Amino acid sequence: MDNTTQPTTRGMTGLIEDWVSDKDAFKNVSWGKTMMWIFLLSDTFIFSCFLVGYMSVRMTTDVPWPNASEVFALTIAGEHIPLILIAIMTFVLITSSGTMAMAVNCGYRRQRKQAAVLMLVTAVFGVCFVGMQAFEWTKLIEEGVRPWGNPMGAPQFGAAFFMITGFHGFHVSIGVIYLTVVALKVLRGDYEERGYEIVEITGLYWHFVDLVWVFIFAFFYLW
Amino acid sequence: MAYADDVENEELHEPTGFIWKYVWSQDHKVIAIQYSTTAILVGLVALVLSGMMRMQIGFPGSIDMDATAYYQAMTMHGMIMVIYLLTAIFLGGFGNYLIPLMVGARDMVFPFVNMLSYWFYLVSVLVLLASFFVPGGPTGAGWTLYPPQAITAGTPGSEWGIILMLVSLIIFIIAATMGGLNYVTTVLQARTHGMTMFRMPLTVWGIFVATILALLAFPALFVSGVMMLLDQTIGTSFFMPDMMQFGSQLDYSGGSPILFQHLFWFFGHPEVYIVALPAFGLVSDLISIHARRSIFGYRMMVWAIVSIGVLSFVVWAHHMYVSGMNPYFGFFFATTTLVIAVPTALKVYNWLLTLWRGNIHLTVPMLFSLAFIVTFLVGGLTGLFLGNVVVDIPLSDTYFVVAHFHMVMGVAPILVVFGSIYHWYPKITGRMLHDGIGKLHFWITFLGTYLIYFPMHYLGFLGMPRRYYAYEDYPFIPESAQSLNAFITVVAIVVGISQLLFLFNLAYSYFKGAPSGGNPWRATSLEWLTPETPPKHGNWGSSLPVVHRWAYDYGVPGAELDYVPQTTSAEEVPVHESDHDE
Repeated sequence: MDNTTQPTTRGMTGLIEDWVSDKDAFKNVSWGKTMMWIFLLSDTFIFSCFLVGYMSVRMTTDVPWPNASEVFALTIAGEHIPLILIAIMTFVLITSSGTMAMAVNCGYRRQRKQAAVLMLVTAVFGVCFVGMQAFEWTKLIEEGVRPWGNPMGAPQFGAAFFMITGFHGFHVSIGVIYLTVVALKVLRGDYEERGYEIVEITGLYWHFVDLVWVFIFAFFYLW
Repeated sequence: MAYADDVENEELHEPTGFIWKYVWSQDHKVIAIQYSTTAILVGLVALVLSGMMRMQIGFPGSIDMDATAYYQAMTMHGMIMVIYLLTAIFLGGFGNYLIPLMVGARDMVFPFVNMLSYWFYLVSVLVLLASFFVPGGPTGAGWTLYPPQAITAGTPGSEWGIILMLVSLIIFIIAATMGGLNYVTTVLQARTHGMTMFRMPLTVWGIFVATILALLAFPALFVSGVMMLLDQTIGTSFFMPDMMQFGSQLDYSGGSPILFQHLFWFFGHPEVYIVALPAFGLVSDLISIHARRSIFGYRMMVWAIVSIGVLSFVVWAHHMYVSGMNPYFGFFFATTTLVIAVPTALKVYNWLLTLWRGNIHLTVPMLFSLAFIVTFLVGGLTGLFLGNVVVDIPLSDTYFVVAHFHMVMGVAPILVVFGSIYHWYPKITGRMLHDGIGKLHFWITFLGTYLIYFPMHYLGFLGMPRRYYAYEDYPFIPESAQSLNAFITVVAIVVGISQLLFLFNLAYSYFKGAPSGGNPWRATSLEWLTPETPPKHGNWGSSLPVVHRWAYDYGVPGAELDYVPQTTSAEEVPVHESDHDE
């Protein structure tokens, strides 16, 4: 009864047999990549709990919730545009996912320089995002929004805003550092022997941070 | 990046010098021992705290302990035992030691991260213990840390103690995540040749599923910890409603205390199984080995572990029946809670059927395993009472609950910890633990814990509430309850002190114990087949073992010995796959 590569069973049983088969459950997936996926699954639960907590206090608070599209509006050249900054931030972050995907592609083609440059471009987009977030925080703080209260309505608005965007911004900042370190090592040729899967692993984290932002955008800014 | 196939080509960096070998070690075996030692030491603190509480309950005023100190002792006892002892020793201790050895790996997949995991754990323990020395002392909010009382004035340690507790928990979660990622990845991706997942010992299955639960449940505790920390330090109102204190309105407004309970128990209930599943796995192996009998229904045991793990995420609100909830939710959570009894009972039956007609050796690990079944059964049956809404409400917050959870998730797992230490100590040190001291320790611990917790069920029926500082002068508590309390205290002190026997045995046998050889229990699984005992760095010498069969070939017909190691090929002794396939 040694392990054969021929499929002997089908359906659910076959699926389970594949999963539990010899040596590794995910064939040709490296340890690092497996670990990153599992970490991201765990991190998903953290962000989910944050968002559920936010929705929950939004329901329990007895003071009206501020209108997000008014709070996050900017007046540019005399035009009052709701959510414009957030739209730009979202656009920047999603663009960075595109450059990241290109970097992964270049890595596997062993175009070391292009991969490193694209990763650094991704990191720069990340820095832009964090910079705009800092601008947004400053603006809100100037308008009197604090974690414990704000002039527009429910105190939980400021609390949830600073906590969730802060935790996400922290993730982006970590990602920028991670990207920069890996990019410099790629540029130096550290991965010539082992291959460039590390670029993809870094990319997994980065895409995850982008995806989380989409949910924060939908649940916090659009709702 | 290493693939499973490249493992043999990986270079082994043997650490040199005392510091790198034993302090900043990346070897999973050393990390396991560091984890276990720290966990046992901090567990002793919790044990002493429980002794002090018992003195106050059994003989009020006999020691210098006021109500504040009592609540602080109670909180710290609960939190240390559940998180810093049991979770740490099962995942960080046994998980670290046994996973790579049992699946035939040289180490965890990322040894450096594994090392960091221990050091973060140590920091979390130090932060927790530091709370004894801050103004106001440690938090006395109860181990569930329910707001608003956890962070409002009047609760012991509501200023500094609670902050240190939450910070410590957050650090612990980071440590558990770093370790947990390693354990899961190692089980999934770093098994040796022939080691399919359905050939892994149940120990690995138990720890594997428990670690997945930890990775998905700790986030809820992390988030609630962060939110409460913000409420306490900068005055947000996540968990704090509008409230009056001492005649004045507090600055909080509109938060949801129930949200904390949901988040806490979304972590808290899986936490029960984070502790229980490794115990299930370990005890399955102990029973099979010491009864010389292949485990009954191996695959069903695996599916039971997996389904208990899945179900444990949809039962959390059974801890909140008295918090008030929609009756339909109560119905849902009562149903899921009772459904968990099915796979759990299946495991108990399978343990009994493994023992059935087995060649039972009453060794110390076997004694602890049998004691586990008996204790776990009682604890599980009282769980059926508490899982039902209508029965739970009158029993809630009485000593019945204390008896239930101490038996099911306190004593039962601790018995497995003891049994497992007696079982694997020879592999770790190369020497047997002293049998006579072990048996004495066993009988005092087993009978003692039964005498402590069994009577508590009656106290619960009498309506004796839990978490009271003193039980005098309450008309609804009969006089006789106090004599039972005094009896429990006497037994508790004896059991507490008798644990010194165990510590003495550990130390004594390390130097004077009888040499064990590589495989004293005649076991089949890989950790007993290492070239050296204790295993050296890299575990397997020059080449990894090759696995040909499951881990439970005991009493095989036609085999030379009564067991067949996992590395024995089918040519030497035929594999009876029909024995373990459905």
